[in-house]
Order: sequence, then structure tokens, then C-alpha cells
Amino acid sequence: MMTIQNYVRAQSLQQAYELLTSNRRNRIVAGMLWLRQTGGSVNTAVDLCDLGLDTMEETDDAFVIGAMTPLRKLELHPGFAAYTGGAAARALGDIVGVQFRNLATVGGSVYGRFGFSDVLTLLLALDTEVELYGAGRMPLSQFAELPQTTRDLLVRIYIKKTPGTVAYRAVRIARTDFPVLTCAASRLDGKVRLCVGARPGKATVLDLTDAAGGLTPNTVQSLAEEAAKQIPTGSNSRGSAAYRSHLVRVLAQRTLSQVGGSGNGD
Amino acid sequence: MEIKLKLNGRAVTAAVEADTTLFDLLREKGCYSVKCGCETSNCGLCTVFLDDVPVLSCSVLAARADGRAVTTLEGLQEEAADFVGFIADQGADQCGFCNPGFVMNTIALLRENPDPTDDEIRGYLAGNLCRCSGYEGQLRGIRAYLDSRKGKGAQNGN
Repeated sequence: MMTIQNYVRAQSLQQAYELLTSNRRNRIVAGMLWLRQTGGSVNTAVDLCDLGLDTMEETDDAFVIGAMTPLRKLELHPGFAAYTGGAAARALGDIVGVQFRNLATVGGSVYGRFGFSDVLTLLLALDTEVELYGAGRMPLSQFAELPQTTRDLLVRIYIKKTPGTVAYRAVRIARTDFPVLTCAASRLDGKVRLCVGARPGKATVLDLTDAAGGLTPNTVQSLAEEAAKQIPTGSNSRGSAAYRSHLVRVLAQRTLSQVGGSGNGD
Repeated sequence: MEIKLKLNGRAVTAAVEADTTLFDLLREKGCYSVKCGCETSNCGLCTVFLDDVPVLSCSVLAARADGRAVTTLEGLQEEAADFVGFIADQGADQCGFCNPGFVMNTIALLRENPDPTDDEIRGYLAGNLCRCSGYEGQLRGIRAYLDSRKGKGAQNGN
């Protein structure tokens, strides 16, 4: 189990950031999942729970999500559900269980950039930015590529209401298990994007700008085949690289068909 | 460090280490309904309510519960009594180890959604693992309870 020497509830972002950067063994605690199976020693656990970052606000042009917002809140938000056409519930609903999703935070999921993340896969397909304390806002796709060694403090996530559609699919061996593969496709302002995660590595993004003219069944099929060739996959206990590449083609075809308006691809 | 919380409606003060989990604190305070099944934040056996929201107590630092209300099955006996008989009638409790977490999460489900469909029940309870029953008995028990409640409502002219 992770050992923790000190626990501090930060009273300001400045205090949290100073604590985070003052010692490499200080850590921000978010959802706190996997405490008992995680090893290592933390000097000071910095809790952001008093900073009012557990809320999700809908404005005219964006969803503004505090880093401590539980996944369950994101899953149940009616405006976000409507904007994503149900893709949010599809991406979040099989993450372990309700109790887990009441703890796991959007910020923790994004900051962790976990290979298995349904959340990262979905948010990468949307027009998403992250706000880092002191460093300001940057696209999530850029943040996702940063080395995990940086000592950033993730404050909020912004999902712009860019007009379009998004679709999400994942394959799991059992309902609440980690996914074998995750896949999200979006068509926002005519730009088509495909995101594939649990490869088993971190979600990767393919911008399919050539498809902006239209997603006919033939185009979708060739794009899905191309995605299966381009997106690197690997093997682990949940599936082989070959199986995952096969899934990339299938899920890409289904999600792209859905955002292209030619059915759900089933 | 010292924390103060409300445990099953009673004010409690406790001295905890920075890495004491809420699960360990609750067991120390005699709440033995709270079980540890997996240590991987996966099984739902340690489900408790933190400010009326179901969470995994193995995955919450006790320090975060400072100033908040924690409820375990010991504090919800009356609410649980309404439907646990229906679960038992289906033989769904079997070894019984998963029951407290399962009952806690069923209470949370019925508070949030008093008339769930079978799929909604399955979805809400997906994070409660049971090695004995295969889940169908539990589903039948909850369904029987809901049907019985509707029957009573109809009899009362509601």
C-alpha cells in the first residue's frame, strides 16, 4: 500500500502548487483509487477537495469541468449527455461501478493519461482544452503528449460545444473490467477525428481531414482499414496486438459510420 | 492527526495517520459490515455513504472524511430491512460476504431511482461483485421487492 507521511487540504491553488513543486515526493490526491494496491511513498498528499473544483458548469459555448469533478457527475450531466448524443454515458458507464465513479475524478483521469482510459479517449475526440495552474490553457491533445514527469497542477477541463457529433465504442472481456480497446470518433465543424485507446497504450489521435467531404460507407470502410494499419497496438493479458488491430478496424468502422450519419455500423 | 466526522448520525473524533483509509477507520470503530474483498477498488464490498453518496471506503483516506457524514449498513438497518428478505427468499445471499456492500448500493440505487428497470439495476450494481450467486438471484430479489411495493401501492389506491 502507498504510504503517506502528511496530508494537507490545500486552501488555495497557490498553496497546492507550492506544495506540489516543493518536494518530488509530494503528490496531488484526486479520486484516490487503488490506494491499497499502489506502492511507493508520498511525503505530503495534497488534497484539492476544499477548492470547489468538483463542479461542472455549462455555458453557452462550453462545459467547464473542475478537476475534482467525479466521473459520475460527468456521466449524468444532462447537457453533456445531449451534446455527446449518449457517447458520454457509453464511455463512462462501464468504468468499474457507481461507487468507483463517485470517487474517480475527471482531472485524475486526464492527468494520469492512463493507457486504459475511456475518459481520455472520449475527451480527445472532443474539442477539449485543459487549464494548468500558472501555465494557462492548452489543447488536451497537446497535454496528452507531455512527459508525465512535469509537475503540473490541472485545474479545469474545457469542452467546447463545437457543432458536430461524437460516437464511442469499447470492447471489454467483462463489463467492469479494463477495456481491451476503446474508440471514439467525432465530426466537429466538418473535421473528422478518430481516437483509439487501450491499445494497450495511451489513446492516440488520427485526424482524418481528408474525410471532411463526406463519410460514405465506402469511405468509412477504407478509413477504418487505414486506421487499423496506422495505429500501433500491443499485446497484454487482455488481448494480442493482432486482435486489437482487428478491433481498431471494427470499432473505427462503427463509430465513423455513426458520426457520418450512415447508421451505427453494427 | 485528529479528524471529526458524523458516523451513522453520531459525532466521532478519531486520531488517524495520513494514510489511514476510511475502511480501516470504520472497522476500528466497530462497523464490521464494511468488508475488504479485493484491495483493488473493484469489488464494492467496502461500500459506504460519504455525505449520502456511495463510495469505496478502501479508496478514501480517512482524512478526507473530516467534517463529513459517513454512513454504513449499521446506520441503515431499517431502510435495508425493507428488501433484504426478498434477496434472501431468492437464495441470493449465499456466503453473505458481499451482502453489506450490495445492500448499501441497492439503497443508493433506490434512493436515486425508485423504480429502476432491470437494466438500470444491473448497471447500478455492476460494481458489486459476488462469487456465489451469478447475480440473477439478487436481480430477482430486487424485482420482487419492487413488484411487492407496487402491489401495496395499488392496494392503497395510490
